Amino acid sequence: MLTIDQATYDAIVAHARRDHPDEACGIVAGPEGSDRPERLVEMINAAGSPTFYEFDSTELLALYKQMWANDEEPVVVYHSHTATEAYPSVTDIGLASEPGAHYVLVSTREHGNNEGPVEFRSYRIIDGEVTEEEVAVVAALPEN
Amino acid sequence: MAIEVRIPTILRTYTGGEKAVDGAGDTLSALIDDLEGNHPGIKDRLVESKDDKIELRRFVNVYVNDEDVRFIGGLDAELSDGDQVVVLPAVAGG
Repeated sequence: MLTIDQATYDAIVAHARRDHPDEACGIVAGPEGSDRPERLVEMINAAGSPTFYEFDSTELLALYKQMWANDEEPVVVYHSHTATEAYPSVTDIGLASEPGAHYVLVSTREHGNNEGPVEFRSYRIIDGEVTEEEVAVVAALPEN
Repeated sequence: MAIEVRIPTILRTYTGGEKAVDGAGDTLSALIDDLEGNHPGIKDRLVESKDDKIELRRFVNVYVNDEDVRFIGGLDAELSDGDQVVVLPAVAGG
């Protein structure tokens, strides 16, 4: 199960709406081993595409170096689908390389840049196998 | 000559769980061959054969002292003692 706070959830949805019709992408970092998505980092989709996303390679290194310095890891890796459902594509599955992360998919296909419900779903993707999991949105993450 | 190589989570199955390993080589290509000697199987995750040429896999990023190797010669990028090499899989999808 993914437990995420309302503010982070809302920020991911807002990012997806803002970048529609291109795919939006980013991570939520948290302390290593904690499974707590605490620090949202919106990334630029270097592919600038409605059907593909990729972190810029230089920004990717900067992001990981910052996480290593903070003893963090990517707890959530998120991106949006803008014309299809919030389910990992074959490409998503083939390129998933963080076996410990929750892969969040948001779909903006219904309302695009506008207000309205969006699909927000979470998966584990390990060795090509996709397992959907429950998403619990809480007012604030529980105290440690 | 020792070069520290930072290994991403997904490839730590090849390094016994180690986050960083030491390697040797005066080019990235030689370093990868050296890593393969100590961590069999890792080379195939980093490079692929394309038109009879060995190339870095499209969705694997390698950095030497924070420079993406694609801008400094790719597999021919020169290395020297004390260099820091980081391997990071692309975060990408469709």
